[in-house]
Amino acid sequence: MSPSHDSEGSRPVFGKFTRRSFLTQLGAAGLAVTTAPLANAAPAAPQAEAETATTIPGAVPVTLKVNGQVHRLMLEPRVTLLDALRENLQLPGTKKGCDHGQCGACTVHVNGRRVNSCLSFAIMHQEDEITTVEGLAQNGELHPIQAAFIEHDGYQCGYCTSGQIMSATALLKEPVGKEDSDVREAMSGNICRCGAYNNIVAAVQQVRRSA
Amino acid sequence: MQSFEYRQAKSLDLAVQNAGQTTRFIAGGTTLVDLMKLNVERPASIIDIHGLPLDRIETTSEGGLRIGALVRNSDLAWNEEVKQRYPVLSEALLSGASPQLRNMATTGGNLLQRTRCYYFRDTNYKCNKREPGSGCSAIDGHHRIHAILGTSEHCIATHPSDMAVAMMALEATVHTRGAKGERNIALNDFYLVPGTTPEKENVLEPGELITAVTLPKLPPGTKSHYLKLRDRASYEFALASAAVVIQTHGGKVQFVRVALGGVGTKPWRSREAEQELHGREANERTFRAAAEAALKPAKPLRDNAFKVELAKRVLVRALQTATQTA
Repeated sequence: MSPSHDSEGSRPVFGKFTRRSFLTQLGAAGLAVTTAPLANAAPAAPQAEAETATTIPGAVPVTLKVNGQVHRLMLEPRVTLLDALRENLQLPGTKKGCDHGQCGACTVHVNGRRVNSCLSFAIMHQEDEITTVEGLAQNGELHPIQAAFIEHDGYQCGYCTSGQIMSATALLKEPVGKEDSDVREAMSGNICRCGAYNNIVAAVQQVRRSA
Repeated sequence: MQSFEYRQAKSLDLAVQNAGQTTRFIAGGTTLVDLMKLNVERPASIIDIHGLPLDRIETTSEGGLRIGALVRNSDLAWNEEVKQRYPVLSEALLSGASPQLRNMATTGGNLLQRTRCYYFRDTNYKCNKREPGSGCSAIDGHHRIHAILGTSEHCIATHPSDMAVAMMALEATVHTRGAKGERNIALNDFYLVPGTTPEKENVLEPGELITAVTLPKLPPGTKSHYLKLRDRASYEFALASAAVVIQTHGGKVQFVRVALGGVGTKPWRSREAEQELHGREANERTFRAAAEAALKPAKPLRDNAFKVELAKRVLVRALQTATQTA
């Protein structure tokens, strides 16, 4: 997949593949193998070429500043911030859970405040500083909340984790009381189906106490 | 989601001028984007007002508080003036939604949030609010969360806002700007009960925009409190809630305003309860009598009859808490 933006941001690379590009190519290859015997006619164009050739009717220029990088995109007004991050900027660390503001998996920071990126149109954020989970680590150093999640096992399957971490990092600057119950209340917008709540609270409290 | 024409409002005047019959204003987006994804809201055009300068909280010349329509719920909840002078409002806001949603949701948008009725939100079902005249799927369906006050045979959908319940008890005024100019509307007159037209939830004309909400100054020594009961401890809509604003002197109730949430088709001011309380001893017996009066007009259905007693208890407890705080 060739990115259609002018970002030079570095993403974690394992060899020459990111985890996502590896899975994407594996998926495409798998599909080609299974359909090949049936499709003896003209070979289909590679998926990447087909996608870049598509123009979207109704798309307008949208500029987004994400993790310090400015991106110029062509987006329909109905593209949510969540979909723009994942599908157009190849920043899939932000997760789509319910897509209706009920689970918190899509939490990102807009001008330092946590929001549900699924309930906001990307076009409304052209003057904003957006931070995703990919932008938390600085100079190769994990954010203290990220390190604490690892230390305390603040996850099981990991799907809600980036949203939990974005909420937890924002919470550090909010007027939240000292008790575990205060943290639970402040983290209630992030659902964890695995039920890692105790470990998440422990991770958040460790960082708050050491601050 | 249906596509739409998007415009960013350059000024309040232009926003109102450019708004047509099928326009929706967008600020926080927490209700509108959600309902657009469900095809419940299908605006042909959207005017983005989030950049307009309507985000200030100011003391009024009469000593009240003027809250801009674009003040975020979290900013309003943590505002020092609100916390000290109108704790009922801060408590109501902090009991609603999640921190993320409160960072997005605005004062004007919160007043206009739509019901959580399952049938309203699902276009596979009949709903008089969504499709006037199609019928109500809730009356004979699952209606445990539905309203018991202000209902009609056409609609039993509950108003979902906590903030609006507190504002109802604070006798807030809504300020609007529309094609015909500016209006100041008492919050109690702003909302409509469903009657035969559940699609009309308030008195706003098409293209009319909420610009601010003002709260009057409260009598000295007034206490206020919001109590919310729900199926889980956090991040859930009310099954029953109460906002009380009360001032006592020599153990007797001098001034009182009562509103209920989670039980009405609109944020429910109870003048019946206020009449029971006024001039009486501030004790449990009086509070219970007020609760009985408040719920006397209730029309429970098969699955939501429990809300009658729940609402009485939430009101009694809220009055006790408000009058006990030193």
